[in-house]
Amino acid sequence: MPLLDIKDLSVTFATARGPFRAVDGIDLSVEPGEVLGIVGESGSGKSVTSLAVLGLLADNASVTAGRMQFDGQDLLTLSPKARRRLNGGQVAMIFQEPMSSLNPCFTVGFQIGETLAQHEGLSGKALRHRCIALLEQVGIPAPESRLSAFPHQLSGGMSQRVMIAMAIACNPRLLIADEPTTALDVTIQRQILDLLRDLQRERGMAMILITHDMGVVAESAHRVQVMYAGQVVENRPADSLFTAPRHPYTAALLDALPERAVGRRRLPTIAGTVPGITDRPTGCLFQPRCGLADDRCGTRPPLATDGDGWTRCVRVEGATA
Amino acid sequence: MLKFIATRIALLIPTFLGVTLLAFFLIRLVPGDPIEVRLGERGIDPARLEEMRAQLGLDKPLLEQYADYLAGVLTGDLGRSLITQTPVLDEFAELFPATIELSLCAILFALIIGLPAGVLAAVKRGGPLDHGVMAASLTGYSMPIFWWGLLLILFFSVILGWTPVSGRLSAAYYVEPVTGFLLIDSWMSEEEGAFLDALHHLVLPSIVLGTIPLAVIARMTRSSMLEVLGEDYIRTARAKGLGLFRIVGLHALRNAMIPVATVIGLQVGTLLAGAILTETIFAWPGIGKWLIESINRRDYPALQGGVLLVACVVMLVNLAVDLLYGLLNPRIRHAK
Repeated sequence: MPLLDIKDLSVTFATARGPFRAVDGIDLSVEPGEVLGIVGESGSGKSVTSLAVLGLLADNASVTAGRMQFDGQDLLTLSPKARRRLNGGQVAMIFQEPMSSLNPCFTVGFQIGETLAQHEGLSGKALRHRCIALLEQVGIPAPESRLSAFPHQLSGGMSQRVMIAMAIACNPRLLIADEPTTALDVTIQRQILDLLRDLQRERGMAMILITHDMGVVAESAHRVQVMYAGQVVENRPADSLFTAPRHPYTAALLDALPERAVGRRRLPTIAGTVPGITDRPTGCLFQPRCGLADDRCGTRPPLATDGDGWTRCVRVEGATA
Repeated sequence: MLKFIATRIALLIPTFLGVTLLAFFLIRLVPGDPIEVRLGERGIDPARLEEMRAQLGLDKPLLEQYADYLAGVLTGDLGRSLITQTPVLDEFAELFPATIELSLCAILFALIIGLPAGVLAAVKRGGPLDHGVMAASLTGYSMPIFWWGLLLILFFSVILGWTPVSGRLSAAYYVEPVTGFLLIDSWMSEEEGAFLDALHHLVLPSIVLGTIPLAVIARMTRSSMLEVLGEDYIRTARAKGLGLFRIVGLHALRNAMIPVATVIGLQVGTLLAGAILTETIFAWPGIGKWLIESINRRDYPALQGGVLLVACVVMLVNLAVDLLYGLLNPRIRHAK
């Protein structure tokens, strides 16, 4: 049984220009101990999906789903109290901007300890020891003295390590990392990714790694889900996705990797941007930017079984709806 | 930090000189000097008038008078009141506790109502509560103090008879002034019921004086809170599974209080200005009432000294708020 099991999830935001469907009927499942990479450009609905899982979306968002379960527990009908027990306990999340994700008015020790106090009722010396141990695990030097540091005294990489310590404090079974390295220096990115992978292996927790960097996913994920404009366009094991991408968008993303573009004069790019609220095409959403588009693309293709995964493209056999 | 304090104190000097200038010349722009005002319409022998003017030094050129005044101020001598002949500083010291007491109660009232109202309005943004708080605070802010005071007196004192109309204490009680703060003095004194009576007298003036700060604090808390509630670290707090009360009351409020603290500091000026009207309406024997009386009597030394001292209090409180800022905001505390 999957740990996280989502069927037909849609998230619609009420905006001044009318409703905007940021996530459009996606399926998502994560097995225990599995690392799922979610890839896509900005605006493809990756973050919104993960925020929906933790119930962290703003009030103007409405979430609907055929099924949305964590470990058999229905997330759609969860009471606020059960939600608080789940968040930070069984499901934890780290965010894109570590510097602004920590509260500037409280010390590192306070912010980590708070999670432990909330979920495990720890206090006093036991709490302090756990905090120090956690900081050690995420590779922060001199953890004891760091407990009394304020976030503005930490670098971006250190802040993200603190965020990770906070997230893993209560041994979550699922860790969602929403572009955890985007805001960091390239050298630090590597360290943070290695840390996340090590922690995931040691603890056997499941992880959703959200990124727009195909390179990041290649090294860490077991399975990859490619999203475009709120839809899943391809989902398959990482190995086969990287060797033989089926969807033109996945292929284009891979072509845009610098290490794959050796010998070419210019790095290939995908012209245009992800369609927003006003310019959604009818038919295939990727069709306006797709190099292979033809007249079959005027109707919207379903997500069809395709070898060891799923693809949403008319070129895939059996996808001609 | 030391350099910061030194700069701030150095900046007080020109402000201080500016206040002496304003206080000195503005009152002299008002027609009629102390002697003419005292004479009323009876008239006087011009020679005698000149003699009396000369006694007070009013016959000298204005600049010379100012120089004399400034020299006095710099040596700590604010002069004597023309009416009572007591040193201005003594009169101020005697009356100021009444104003502080009133102002403290007013700001306390403003904080107790304003902070929660602002927080609730922000949390329930766009709802009826939010609109209610915003409408009420706009009304409160726009309400002239004297009009608001009279309305409250009419309703609570005259019609309902719940509160006294004016003064600090009923005539039935006598409390020996020790600290000048009637609440403290009456608490310490043997007079039974005096404390409650003093408290009773404080209610309406505090509400009247606290209304504008209340409106400002509520609006500022709301906008500051709204900004903070959208911050990433609030999302983090929710991802940690913390309760709403802790998220709003601790994580958000702690950050939202930083700009609100500045505003509260700035309200001290508003409070003392408002105290002038409030004390006059409620016959509250404080600095405000004293200043109004000094204007009416053209009591130049009292007025100049009073304005100067009040200005100093405002400046010092603002300085203190700036320094206290560091306590609220760790990013400033650690900036070397």
